[in-house]
Amino acid sequence: MDDLYREQIIDRYKNPRMKGALDPHDFSYEDDNPLCGDRIRIDLRVDQAGVVTQAAFSGTGCAISQASADLLVESIIGRSLTDVKALSKEDILGMLGIELGPVRLKCALLSLKVLKAGVYGIEALESELA
Amino acid sequence: MSALHPLRVLDVEAVRAEFPILTRETQPGVRLIYLDSAATSQKPLSVIQAISDFYQHSNANIHRGVHRLAEEATAAYEGARGSVAHFIGAPSPASIVFTRNATESINLVAQTWGRARLMAGDLVILTEMEHHANLVPWLMLAAERGIRLAFVKVDSAGRLDLESYRKLLEQAPRLVSFTHMSNVLGTITPAAEMIAQAHRAGALVLVDAAQSVPHFPVNVTDLQADFLVFSAHKMCGPTGVGVLYGRTGLLESMPPYQGGGDMIKRVRLDGFVPNDSPYKFEAGTPAIAEAIGLGAAIEFLEGLGMQALQQHDQELVAYAMERLEEIPGLHHFGPPAAEKGGVVSFSLDGAHPHDVAQILDSQGIAVRAGHHCAMPIHEKFGLPATTRASFYLYNTLEEIDRLVDGLYKVKQLFA
Repeated sequence: MDDLYREQIIDRYKNPRMKGALDPHDFSYEDDNPLCGDRIRIDLRVDQAGVVTQAAFSGTGCAISQASADLLVESIIGRSLTDVKALSKEDILGMLGIELGPVRLKCALLSLKVLKAGVYGIEALESELA
Repeated sequence: MSALHPLRVLDVEAVRAEFPILTRETQPGVRLIYLDSAATSQKPLSVIQAISDFYQHSNANIHRGVHRLAEEATAAYEGARGSVAHFIGAPSPASIVFTRNATESINLVAQTWGRARLMAGDLVILTEMEHHANLVPWLMLAAERGIRLAFVKVDSAGRLDLESYRKLLEQAPRLVSFTHMSNVLGTITPAAEMIAQAHRAGALVLVDAAQSVPHFPVNVTDLQADFLVFSAHKMCGPTGVGVLYGRTGLLESMPPYQGGGDMIKRVRLDGFVPNDSPYKFEAGTPAIAEAIGLGAAIEFLEGLGMQALQQHDQELVAYAMERLEEIPGLHHFGPPAAEKGGVVSFSLDGAHPHDVAQILDSQGIAVRAGHHCAMPIHEKFGLPATTRASFYLYNTLEEIDRLVDGLYKVKQLFA
């Protein structure tokens, strides 16, 4: 097995745990990486206290992009939006357990980009409504 | 040449010995297999040496100096211009403009000839399989000037639909600009025929020869091309220098490109008189060492013979397609080997091109994954990205076997 493609990544790619859509949801956001066609959408349900109660992702792309989305979405259930906003590149790489060059880093970080854009979007919406 | 067995057209081991990079390992015990020459080729010792020699012995700025080094530098730079002209069958060194690369050459034509000659509503014909370098400069001009763009269709086998081309020619185009060889599909286009038809329709023709000039004999006089562009770095030369060939009379009639030193005859505070072509298109200190490196690359290629390179390319691509077709779930794009240069783009069911390329890389095999700067043709084939293996004079049949072994490993991982 190649170091880069640890068993976990291939397994998550082939058998994602968190793949699907939430309807209804409190939040849904989608983005893509036009360079390689990776696409990720993340749906969340968030309770009154701002804690993620349910999460799912959908999308297509390489093993790294899809496995990182699966791991990320699983990791945020039960966590507050404040925690989610604090997630970093290192957290993603830690979950994947690999090092990546600059091109593949974009694949790995697409789901984090989608999640953060969505979460900041929710907060902007809430502050507008407040 | 034709009397030689194809396997013997090039002494590949002798050729490989000229490329120091080919002996390196990408990780301990894993020797490099470089299958990404359509992106950029590797460089032979003679080219590296020519650049190094210039800096060690003759470095000076060109054209203006009267000292010994300046004269040597000017002679070497202008000598390279002469080599380029001879290599592509141009009538005179004056028809060769040095640019940064093929991309800049196309931008130069769009920004000078295009801005001076094209008006709102004028038609420029491109094809669906162009590299972004031959799309975006025209899209920019369309946004600025309101010129119209139309695209020759590409059929499912990756060939240009010449019937759609003939129909477009009926609309009185001003310019036809197309690739001589697709960097994605490998398709070699019938350039001479297309140019003749365009001329009968009253259009000028620009040929994007970035992939063709490195791989087979190209003669601008036989082709009757008005403009032809290519980059040094894909033909064993250095990065940073490219070529615009312009037909005699045409370059002279065009306004200058960038302003600055060397492109002028006389400057006053209230105006300037541009230099003669090709100098009026070469503002500022050019890539002198790189142009000299290109001259050395041409000498290297001519020493081997472009016919021999073409035959070697043909043999590699035919073998590659035969071997790749054995792999279940692999789909390749483009015409049959006989109509292609040394490029094979493919997809593998269940594995994204990035994953394919990364797993191949772990075995020392360098291929490209992505859209290869040609998003529209990928869209046409319904793919965001493909994996591309491209071949050049230093590649061997054994390396293709290693590629195929590597792809089986990818399949095993993703099965």
